[in-house]
Formats: sequence, structure tokens, C-alpha cells
Amino acid sequence: MFGLYCVLVKKNMIKIVIGLSLMEYAVNLFLIMLGWRTVAGGAVAPIATGGDLLDKAGTVSQLFVSRAVDPLPQALVLTSIVIGLGSLALMVAICIRTYEKYGTFDITRIRRLKG
Amino acid sequence: MTIIVKTVSSWIKVLVFLFGIYIILFGHLTPGGGFSGGVIIAASYVLLLLAFGREYTEKNLSLPIASRLDCVAGLLFAALALFGFIYGAGFFFYNFLQQKFMADWGAAGRLISAGTIPLSNIFIGMKVAVSLFMVILVLSAFRLENVPTNGQE
Amino acid sequence: MSIPLPLFIALPLATAFLLPLFGTKAKGLASFIASLVTIILLAMSILSFGRFEVYYVGRWTIPLGINLVLDGLSALMLLTISTVSLAAMLFSNRYMEQYTAKSKYLSLFLLMVAGMNGVVLSGDIFNLFVFLEIASLASYALVGFGCEHEELEAAFKYMVLGEVASMFVLFGIGIVYGNTASLNMAVISKYVGANGLNSGLAFALALFVTGFGLKAALVPFHAWLPDAHPSAPAPISAMLSGVLIKALGIYALSRIIFNVLGVSVQVSWVLITLGLLSMVIGVFLAVGQWDFKRLLAYHSISQMGYVMLGIGMAALILSKGGNPAWASLAMLGGLFHLMNHAVFKSLLFLTSGSVEMSTGTRQLKQLGGLAEKLPITRSTCTIASASIAGIPPFNGFWSKLILVIAAVQAKFYALAAVTVLVSIVTLISFLKVQRYVFLGSLPEDLKSIVEHRGLMAFAMICLAVLCVLMGALVIYEPLRTAVLDNAVVALTDGLAYAGKVLNAQ
Repeated sequence: MFGLYCVLVKKNMIKIVIGLSLMEYAVNLFLIMLGWRTVAGGAVAPIATGGDLLDKAGTVSQLFVSRAVDPLPQALVLTSIVIGLGSLALMVAICIRTYEKYGTFDITRIRRLKG
Repeated sequence: MTIIVKTVSSWIKVLVFLFGIYIILFGHLTPGGGFSGGVIIAASYVLLLLAFGREYTEKNLSLPIASRLDCVAGLLFAALALFGFIYGAGFFFYNFLQQKFMADWGAAGRLISAGTIPLSNIFIGMKVAVSLFMVILVLSAFRLENVPTNGQE
Repeated sequence: MSIPLPLFIALPLATAFLLPLFGTKAKGLASFIASLVTIILLAMSILSFGRFEVYYVGRWTIPLGINLVLDGLSALMLLTISTVSLAAMLFSNRYMEQYTAKSKYLSLFLLMVAGMNGVVLSGDIFNLFVFLEIASLASYALVGFGCEHEELEAAFKYMVLGEVASMFVLFGIGIVYGNTASLNMAVISKYVGANGLNSGLAFALALFVTGFGLKAALVPFHAWLPDAHPSAPAPISAMLSGVLIKALGIYALSRIIFNVLGVSVQVSWVLITLGLLSMVIGVFLAVGQWDFKRLLAYHSISQMGYVMLGIGMAALILSKGGNPAWASLAMLGGLFHLMNHAVFKSLLFLTSGSVEMSTGTRQLKQLGGLAEKLPITRSTCTIASASIAGIPPFNGFWSKLILVIAAVQAKFYALAAVTVLVSIVTLISFLKVQRYVFLGSLPEDLKSIVEHRGLMAFAMICLAVLCVLMGALVIYEPLRTAVLDNAVVALTDGLAYAGKVLNAQ
């Protein structure tokens, strides 16, 4: 929400870009929190690294399945972070080119397109 | 940049590069994988850029070579999907190495296991590293003299 | 003949990686390969009609894996996307000679096409989001392609608003996952069919309407469109206006509302209101424009309103339990208008690109009397203007007629009257375009322009012929059943989508 405020109110182009990134990271954090699982012994990251989490047959044990945090949102968020990276790179490139042309970062003065 | 920064960073960048390769290779066992390992490798090149300047970095890995490497990595990834298509009776990204060729090699938790996933990690890591490197190199070419003053309308 | 579905996505994607290898030395080869790829995509999409297919990527079945679904609506969208992208690719062979870095342009273009195909075929909402982002990022880069002042400003505005829209969509996807524990569209629709919408899912629906409405440029989310579409190079404007706002906005919204989350009376009224506002505001803002492409961009908003109105009316009739025949008719009108608009709006943008390439300007007051100098452009532009204004026997007439009939049958007399009024104002604004651009006297500095022939003219003539012939799609029975009825059924069946997909395993 704070990011949305930044996008709407601020006039400097770079601040708008920062506000947009803030919004993206906030949504990513929200997605990760969706996978939380409240368990008595404390939830565990979904990596099976031996100990009592692996059975003798080599597959993961029931204890692991009931304690592990949901890994699916983590995969989603990984993809989403990369997408955010790509769009941030593109936005910064556009900002730089616009600065070269207009000489200012202030969007109220970059208003050649009207109507 | 001073001589201390230059010497130390020329040692550290190798370590960072190696760490990035480790993250990519063990992507199916520990956190990480293609994306994050690629970012770390790109970070080693950024270290080079910050310490030595743009011309030295361009001589190290120039932009046309980086662009070609990027395209080749993408094509290799597509070829991996295509092999899944051919060998796996018609399904893309089918984990054909796991099921067909290496069924008795890898158990869970060892390095050589999980079929085509490490290979796709490697190709994605290569592509991400080179792309990020190109982006940062191009963005650092911004020259302050070309800016018109006082913002024309 | 069964074509594996990922080929629609993988072929343009792999070619997009292949093309920058050619660099500047073999530019002709690069454009030839790109055109070949679009022709192959068109052939594949024609061959894939009339089938319902579910494809499991990596042979991981539901609910573990990601699947691609081809049903009637996807086939219709694929056909539209490949037709318009073929025409735009042929046109840009000659048009993009004015810009440098043509191989990068082709690679971005193919990435956009791959992204749109992915959106249309995806059966999983996060996959939809990923391909939505691919297509959007490629289009942001393409809008600012020639790095002039206005293009960069437009690209920045478009990019900020587009990213905000994507964030809303991602937020909605997160809420849906939190409530239903699955990302697969079939599983979610089965859950909603069994349990109904709780308040979390209703909030997610509002987020989706906002996000996809921003991408589809419905009023009040239209602010980026009048800046982005004129500043882009002409074939990109054709692609953006012709297919991108449809595939990303309208298709995704209809898929989510009809098949995944279920229609209800409130949602349908929201859709109808958005459609009505877009129609009216778009056309009244368009009449006062003096820039050729900006006028066309405002008309895009208004025509998108038509499509939304058709779909919204069908949703309202279905949710109130009215006569399903009228719901199908309204949906048929909306979808047919979607196809028609793709064809005639991209033709209009291509003709404006041809005018701009010959004369170097887009302002209506500086043009005039180009009828003798640019005969092919003039005739194709006239055909497209007649189509968009709804003059028989061109294709625009048929779709608007169907929409008006459906509105009258379902007793929405006010909506029918507004539709006819907006049609008349569209006709007025295109008469203005014709008078200022082609009739009238030739200004002094334009006396020595030449028309560019070759592939540009070929692409425009193809689209114009399609405009004339597409009326046959509705009248001629077997074509209509194959193309349009499947699409209508796919949406009006609503939550039965889950049953179709899950039983096809």
C-alpha cells in the first residue's frame, strides 16, 4: 500500500520506480507467508537433510511432511522476484534514456504528450 | 581505485564466481538453483566493474560475446525441453535422464540425481549471469555530458 | 492431426533466442525466419480447431503439474493472434528499416507473441501470470523502441501502470491460493462450484477485475493507452491494440470470471458498467482528436467497451438464470466483435503507419488530399473505417447487429440505444478522418511523396480482404459452428470447465 502511495504521489521518476519495487516486494513477501504452517515443534524449511526427517528407505518421513513449510509459494516467489528484476532493469533503462533526452526527472515537466 | 582494492578484488572475484557455481550445481539439494546462482556470478563481474572500471571489464568479457553466450544458453535450454519431447513420448521437460538413463545412479540427496534438473539449472544460471552482466554494463555507460540542461519541454 | 500444445509457445520463444545471433550481417535472413515462424503459427492455429485437449507439461498430472488447455475460446484467440501477428510482421519488414537494431525488434516481437500464446493456452493461474509478464515486458520495450522523447515518456507511463496491474493480479493469485490450496484452474473451479465464493475470493475477484481491466484499458483504467499506442512504431501499435489488450485483458478476465470463479449478478453489473463507460467516454474523447493514431487509440477503448458489454450481458443473463439462448447470442456478439476489432483496428494502425512513413506526420490538419498519392492505403483505410463504423456488408456491421439484437431480446433497451448512438459517433469521427487525410487539397510540402509498395501493401490488402469476408463467418453455418460456437460454449458452460479438464486425464 505504501508503494502504491509512492507511485501515485511522488513526482521524481526514480522515486516512482522505487515505490513500484516496494510494491512488488511486498506482494512477494505476502506470497511466502501463505505457506506458513503452525506446528507444535516449530516449522521447518522444506529440505530433507537427514536425521529423523529421512526414513530408512531413503524417502521423506511423515514427520517431515507434517512439519515442513509449504514449498510451492517459494517457487512462485522465486519466479516473481526474477520477473521483478527484469522489469526493474527495463524501468531504470527507460529512466536513464529519458533523463538524457529531457534533462530532468520530474514527471510534471515531461509532458509532451497531452490530450 | 587504489591498489589495495584492485589486488583484493582480483582474488575475491574468483571466490565469488566459484561460490556461484556451487549454488547452481547443488540447486536440487540446497536452496538456490539457477536464478540465484546466476545472480551471484553476475555479482562477481560487477565487482570487477567497480574495482577496475568499464574498459577493463569490457576487455574481459565483451558485449558481443556475452550476447552470443546468452542466446546459446537459451537455445540449449530449449533443446533440453526438446529432448524431453523426443525421448519421453511426447511431453516437454520430461525428466528423461531420471527415468530412462540414470535410473539406478542417483538416490535422493546425492549430487548426481534428479535427472535433467541440474542441467537446466546450469543453463538458466549461465543465461541469468550473462544477461545481468550485460544490463549492468550497458547501464554504466551513462555519460553525464550528454544531458541537456534545464529540462526542455 | 494433433499438434503438441507447447509448440505454440516454444516455437516463437526459441526463434526469439536464435535471432540476435544473426546480428546486423544477415538482417534479411532474420526477417525471413521470423516471417516463416508467424506463417507456421497461423497454420498450426487453423489446424487446431474443434478439439479439446489438455497437455501435461513434463507428464506431471493434475494436481501436481502445470497443464495447458486448448478449448474453443483458446482456439479463437490463437487464430486472432496469429493472423494479426502475421500481418504486422509482414508490414514491419519494410517499416522497420527506418529504425536500427532490427534483429532485436524481431526477437522482442516474437517474445510478445510467445507470451500471448502462453496466456491463451495456460490452464494454471500462475502460469497465466508468468506469460502475462513476459508479453507485457516485451511490449513495454517495444513501445519505447525508437528512443525519441515521446516514445520514452509513453513507455514509462505504460510501464508503471502495467506493473501496478500485474501486482494486483499477483496479489489476487496469492489470495486465491491461500483460500483454495491450488493454482490449477480446474481444481479451483471445482472448489468454487462446491463451496461458493467466500469473502476472500470475492476480494480476489475485485483485484482481478482491477488488474486485468488496467491491462485491457477499460475506463477508468485507460490512462496509459492514448499515450502508448500512438508513440509505438505502427506494427507494434497494431499488435498492441489488436491483440495484446484482448489476450491479456479481456481473455484473462473472462476466463477467470466465467470458468474459475463463477459469475454473479454484482460482477456482471460491474462488467456492463465498465463496458458502457468505455464505449461512451472513448468515443466522445476520440472525436476531438487531431492526431491520427491518438484518435485510433481512443477508438480502441470504445470498441473494447463493446466487447465487454457483450460479455457482461451474457454474464448477467446467465447469473439471473435467464434464457441461455440470449446469453449465447450476447456472448457470440462480444467474441465476434473481438475478432473483428482485431482485424480492422490493426488494419487502421497499419494504414496510419503507411501514411506516416510516406509523409512523416500524424497530425490531421497537416495532411490532406492523399487519395491520388496513396491509392492502396486509401482504399484499405476506407474499408477499415466502414467496418469499424458498422456499415454493411463489412464485418463490423454483423457483430454490432448481433449485440444490439441480444440487448433488445434480453430487454436491455437502454443498452441497445447507447450502442447505436456510439456507432453513429464512431461513424462521424471516421468521416472526419477520411475528409482530412484523403480528401481535400494536397498541401504544398506533400506533393512529392511516394507510396511504399511490396510487403506493406500486401499485408494491408490481406487484412482488408478479411474484413470483407468475415461477415461470412456468422452467416455460413459450418464455419460458425467450428469457430465461434465452441468458444461461446466454453465460456457459457461456466464452472463445468473443471469437469471437462479433470475428466480428460
